[in-house]
Amino acid sequence: MQTENLVLGAYIVAAVLFVLALAGLSKHERAREGNNFGIIGMVIALAATVWLSLSRAADPLVTIALIVVALLIGAAIGLWRARVVEMTQMPELVAMLHSFVGLAAVLVGYTSHLEMADHGSGDTVHAVEIFLGIFIGAVTFTGSIVAYLKLSAKMKSAPLMLPARHWLNLVAVLVSVGLMFWYVSSLSVVPLALMTVISLAFGWHLVASIGGGDMPVVVSMLNSYSGWAAAAAGFMLSNDLLIVTGALVGASGAILSYIMCRAMNRSFISVIAGGFGQEIAISADTDYGEHREITAEGAADLLKQARSVVITPGYGMAVAQAQYPVAELTKKLRDKGVKVRFGIHPVAGRLPGHMNVLLAEAKVPYDIVLEMDEINDDLADTDVVLVIGANDTVNPAAMDDPTSPIAGMPVLRVWEAHDVIVFKRSMAVGYAGVQNPLFFKENTQMLFGDAKERVEDIVRAL
Amino acid sequence: MRIGVPREIQAGERRVAATPTTVARLIKLGYDVAVERRAGSLASFSDEAFAAAGAEVVDSVWDADIILKINAPTPAEVEKMHSGQLLASLLSPALNPELVESLRAQGVTALAMDAVPRISRAQSLDVLSSMANIGGYRAVLEAAHEFGSFFTGQVTAAGKVPPAKVLVIGAGVAGLAAIGTAGSLGAIVRAFDSRPEVAEQVESMGAEFLRIDVEQEVSADGYAKETGEDFNRKAAELYAEQAKDVDIIITTALIPGRPAPRLITEEMVASMKPGSVIVDMAAGSGGNVAGSVAGERVVSENGVVILGYTDLAGRLPTQASQLYGTNLVNLLTLITPGKDGQVLLDLEDVVQRGMTVTKDGETLWPPPPVQVSAAPAAAAAVVSPAASAAPEKSSPTRKYVGMVLAGLVLLAVSAFSPPTFLGHLTVFILACIVGFYVISNVSHALHTPLMAETNAISGIILVGGILQLGSEDPVIRAIAFAATLVASINIFGGFAVTGRMLQMFRKG
Repeated sequence: MQTENLVLGAYIVAAVLFVLALAGLSKHERAREGNNFGIIGMVIALAATVWLSLSRAADPLVTIALIVVALLIGAAIGLWRARVVEMTQMPELVAMLHSFVGLAAVLVGYTSHLEMADHGSGDTVHAVEIFLGIFIGAVTFTGSIVAYLKLSAKMKSAPLMLPARHWLNLVAVLVSVGLMFWYVSSLSVVPLALMTVISLAFGWHLVASIGGGDMPVVVSMLNSYSGWAAAAAGFMLSNDLLIVTGALVGASGAILSYIMCRAMNRSFISVIAGGFGQEIAISADTDYGEHREITAEGAADLLKQARSVVITPGYGMAVAQAQYPVAELTKKLRDKGVKVRFGIHPVAGRLPGHMNVLLAEAKVPYDIVLEMDEINDDLADTDVVLVIGANDTVNPAAMDDPTSPIAGMPVLRVWEAHDVIVFKRSMAVGYAGVQNPLFFKENTQMLFGDAKERVEDIVRAL
Repeated sequence: MRIGVPREIQAGERRVAATPTTVARLIKLGYDVAVERRAGSLASFSDEAFAAAGAEVVDSVWDADIILKINAPTPAEVEKMHSGQLLASLLSPALNPELVESLRAQGVTALAMDAVPRISRAQSLDVLSSMANIGGYRAVLEAAHEFGSFFTGQVTAAGKVPPAKVLVIGAGVAGLAAIGTAGSLGAIVRAFDSRPEVAEQVESMGAEFLRIDVEQEVSADGYAKETGEDFNRKAAELYAEQAKDVDIIITTALIPGRPAPRLITEEMVASMKPGSVIVDMAAGSGGNVAGSVAGERVVSENGVVILGYTDLAGRLPTQASQLYGTNLVNLLTLITPGKDGQVLLDLEDVVQRGMTVTKDGETLWPPPPVQVSAAPAAAAAVVSPAASAAPEKSSPTRKYVGMVLAGLVLLAVSAFSPPTFLGHLTVFILACIVGFYVISNVSHALHTPLMAETNAISGIILVGGILQLGSEDPVIRAIAFAATLVASINIFGGFAVTGRMLQMFRKG
């Protein structure tokens, strides 16, 4: 009894520390403190759990050995991945880690089922908990794997368009509900296994039908799912710590997804249902006029004369690994007394906040990296805007053209600046498949080529 | 190839087609440059400066392969030219058919700098724009010079000075430059143009755009067209009304290839206050104002000064030469794709085709029409519907109905659930709410670290694995071992990568 109480007390402490960890990560100043709180909370929770597990175990020595071995292997893999990962690959890593939570939830669900079967007794609520836990876990598992494959370009990022895919999803959910009733009444492993297969396929299809440009939403959605999976495991095991933590993560992931969707002016449902990519009906032969080109030297001249410069990076900067030369350019300009700031669109990149991490990696101070809403009104007073690898997030069609697929999406109004220089590999369209009238505006000049090389050219010319 | 820059011989012309700066850029393109002696003296560019820039200063340049000029060549100058020579200068080909014919007969390839198509790409060679910009500026200064009062309003110890009222007709490049200059001197500026789409540009310069109530069509080629009868009548009423009120009128209305429209009649001039000034920037092509004389200052019977200067841009010779010269450099850059001093005229290119008047003994004027980009005009027309495309906010009624329904569902669930489950549910719901509020105000820049952190924390599912590791069933143990392993990858990886990212964020 004593042990149980102490463990519960430790769990409360851990839960509070987790809340503090998330709260700390809302602000730059307290972010590191928050991470430390999270680590301490995790250590307390683990220590308490190991103790509890040992006090219950039939053979504590074997148990502790298994725990230590599992933790050591996991720690080695986890720390190794975390150390070697490139910041541009952060989306892939996060997606892959989500899949582990999903897998763990499925495994815990099965062990719970086996335990219940061993005892030969089980109530309805517990059965439902196990069933839901495995379902959510399996969806998270395959969904995250697909997200990982898409983000690491091992799978085509274009949305998979199966015929009647919305019906397929609906059928998968309905069949799973039917299987749940079967499982609750029989407690047999057959419906559980069938449901696992269906939910694995369901998770796969769900993410496969969402295109690469929606990945920020998908990743944060999967983050949310992994939380719900943990919460479901908590219900299974009657463990409040798991419930609290899972709910925290689930709620925070949901909020992030909501923020992302609002930044794209789309409903959460339509992104999740993978409904975005297919309705593109662009009048491709509209005459947008001619675009003008500029050389790296010309761009350097413009920058030299500018008083204020705003850089709006996009996924293209990550692809070209241009963050280091961009940081160097920023430093040079700042040394010359030019006011340089960054304008980050909420969905730039393939992960929420992706651009911020890349710029931070290249040692760009975070207080000159601003959000879209903070910078948008200043753009009209800006001399030069450098658009590096961004396209849809700076597309005036979102505001001007109600027939555009991205109509109504908030965008960085870069075209209000005096001069705009767009770094681009070619005149190809962006993720949304929409032509960008920005490129044909009179104050826009195109600088073609690899973003990294072009920025390096400019740095040299300065 | 060799470029020759002759001295301008037209009376009163002070500009020159090249400056030391542009000469250096021409040499970079691979050309040899010869400049006629004292060609730049009136624009404050000495022969020494040209020589220092790499040009050869000579007595006659007419034997060069390329002639760069400001004004159209006189018959005597055409005589000096030879077959195969390239000429770039102002030509007004539509108004000067004899000149075009004589150039053709000489076998000269003539490029008209005043026939550059108005497309974005060609803007860097458009001398009409660069000269009009200077002309508009100078027009205001000439008016200010003649005008007997301040432009800006002042309150002084000796009494109050009202600000001058300036009306600018025609908001092209010259008109906009005039609007900007007059505005910066402190005057109240009004502007009118037959193209309604320029209203935004006028207003962006701080002037008031006068509107008349007539159906108007949007210009397709960037130039003004001749206007309909109804429009002209209404516009005339507007001018008559404004003439009584304003102190300065600057007219810039030009229609390419036609005489300038007569906008200000004798009655309007007569209705203006004595001492008012009118600058007719179109005096050289017929004049917008009744009584204006090209190149002359005229005073009407009631004391209104009408300036018909045609050399407004030339009155800033240094700057005008520099801009004109840069336009020419941009032209040569365009027709020297190899940067090797060899001209390659590409008649497939609309810009080069549009400017080419004669080539190899053939007359190529007029060129096929060019449409400028339709994008800006189309964009302006559809701004308003975009606002209504925003999603509808859910009504409060729906929200409350949803809340009541959720409450009922919860009640139904709890009626059939054991108490322990309800305890967990309480914790679950409260934790969701805490999560919601903790995250709602997260800084956008921290989304990625936050996600990695929550990811690490959700590895807490490890607890489930560890608890089940103690089981006696070897199958359960094996599965629980796997669960513990993958979850711990998550925990260690998540925390480590969060720490690594946070380490990088720093303040400048």
